Amino acid sequence: MSMIEIRKLRKTYRMGEVIVKALDGVDVAIAEGDMAAITGPSGSGKSTLMHILGCLDTPDEGEYFLAGENVAGLSKDKLAGIRNRRIGFVFQSFNLLPRLSALENVELPLLYSGRADAKERAATALRTVGLGDRTHHEPNQLSGGQRQRVAVARAIVTDPAIILADEPTGNLDTKTGQEILALFQALNEAGRTVILVTHDEQVAAHCKRQVRILDGKVLEAD
Amino acid sequence: MLFWTIFKVSIKSLIANKLRSFLAMLGIIIGVAAVISMLALGTGAQQQIMDRFTAMGTNLLVVRPGGQRRGGVRSGSRQTLKLEDAAAIVEKIAGVDAVAPLVQGRAQVKYFNENVNTSLIGASGTYLPIRNFTVGKGRSFSEVEEERSARVALLGSATAETLFHDQNPVGEVIHVGAVSFHVIGVLKSKGDQGWFNPDDMVIIPYTTAMKRILGQDYLGEIDVQAAAGQDMTKMAEEVASLLRVRHRLRQADEDDFNVRNQAEMLEMVSSNTQTFTILLAGIASISLVVGGIGIMNIMLVTVTERTREIGVRKAIGARDRDILGQFLLEAVLVSALGGLLGIGLGYGVTRLVERFTEYIPIVQAYAVFLSIAVSCSVGVVFGFLPARRAARLDPIVALRYE
Repeated sequence: MSMIEIRKLRKTYRMGEVIVKALDGVDVAIAEGDMAAITGPSGSGKSTLMHILGCLDTPDEGEYFLAGENVAGLSKDKLAGIRNRRIGFVFQSFNLLPRLSALENVELPLLYSGRADAKERAATALRTVGLGDRTHHEPNQLSGGQRQRVAVARAIVTDPAIILADEPTGNLDTKTGQEILALFQALNEAGRTVILVTHDEQVAAHCKRQVRILDGKVLEAD
Repeated sequence: MLFWTIFKVSIKSLIANKLRSFLAMLGIIIGVAAVISMLALGTGAQQQIMDRFTAMGTNLLVVRPGGQRRGGVRSGSRQTLKLEDAAAIVEKIAGVDAVAPLVQGRAQVKYFNENVNTSLIGASGTYLPIRNFTVGKGRSFSEVEEERSARVALLGSATAETLFHDQNPVGEVIHVGAVSFHVIGVLKSKGDQGWFNPDDMVIIPYTTAMKRILGQDYLGEIDVQAAAGQDMTKMAEEVASLLRVRHRLRQADEDDFNVRNQAEMLEMVSSNTQTFTILLAGIASISLVVGGIGIMNIMLVTVTERTREIGVRKAIGARDRDILGQFLLEAVLVSALGGLLGIGLGYGVTRLVERFTEYIPIVQAYAVFLSIAVSCSVGVVFGFLPARRAARLDPIVALRYE
């Protein structure tokens, strides 16, 4: 079964007088347990695709089945719930909240869904990413790689089926980037569907398959 | 759980921006302090006035002769109240506990070479309990002394002090005008009451005053004390109609006396001061609104500054109402903290006023609770717009915000 299946997805933006077709009839299917890279140059529409896949944005046209459920027309609150429980986000610039400890940052998604055992689960997630000894450090006391590990721990703490990472190695040096990619591969081997959005061929090469996008259309999906 | 996390984040961000948080609070602090101290001043003034009235006696009707108008000419007749009127009031009107007929004047009082011009009251022994005077030293005069126009005198404590200094006046002989009196008692001090000093006077039997000193057969005043629980307004009407009959006034004639109802006066004065207090507090509360605008301003800045944080929170599953709640909580936290500091400041102001002026402000519990409630509501009302703006941010736009 496909974890993600999108059909004839269209999204257009108006930028002043110009109408930009960010997505122009995209069909993509990603199987459960897959590790896919969405690649393409900037302006290709890959960010828009990622936003829609991450339920941060809704398409103008087309269908989006997430684990069999059509999420294209859900309400804002429903989408927030899906982002919370079924999708884990990892960003290029980590996006940890300052002034909160690593543990508190990882706890946050659980607090929004009202889980009672948030502390233990957050600690477990931090151990999974190899930061069991840094739980009480604040983001500015951690290195870039450690920050991204915290972000990954935050992404997996609600035990989502999908990890969605937007240029996760973009702000890291090559060696640290490799470590983070290895972490994603480990998560994938543990059964999670991982989608990396990147323009870096090196990064994309770590994935099982690639979806290339150009001018709002899928070029190849091998 | 979520509440505590948000609470903690709010506190941390308040602490991280100490000066800004303080400035945001300042309006609320000043507003609440102003309201608290104005209410305290008003309440204190009201209490002082009430105390003065209570010191003069409650359940009290004061009957005084009034100017008379006949055929459009106002005659200065002040000789309308007679001893018989006082007797009739006790006799005919139900619920009267006691009456005190009295005459007033001023007199030169001498003791050896000490000499004071003071107010002279000719009264019956009932005057003391009716007007809440108590005898400190010695005794009050008896009915026999009243009947015999005895030359005995009670001194107010201030008058006693002036004439006798540390000496015990009881048993000494003083001169009122040219007549000698035995001092039989000294009254306990009631304290200066602003418009007159009840401690500065000499009280002698009214009979003595009328015959030997003032030479008049009419009264200056009749004090009527009602038994507890009487309807004072009704009793005042009864006294008035009795006196109209006794003075043979026709339907068209105006009263040649007036009856003052102490309870009514008290009510009137206290409602006046209350209105004034509310007015003061109302003006002070305008600064609360200004304070609220200050909070709104700072919260709008905060929302803009934390746009990216809002985007992240939304990406990991915060609903609009979670974000709304968070920023509302922060606004309320600022305003409530400002309120608490304001209460502290207001209290400090009242202590200073008490120390350096003659006013005694009273901080009431309700004012404190009201201030807390109002400052929290200010946070909710003025925090709502910024919080809604935060909640409505598009997560994609918010995440991209630099």
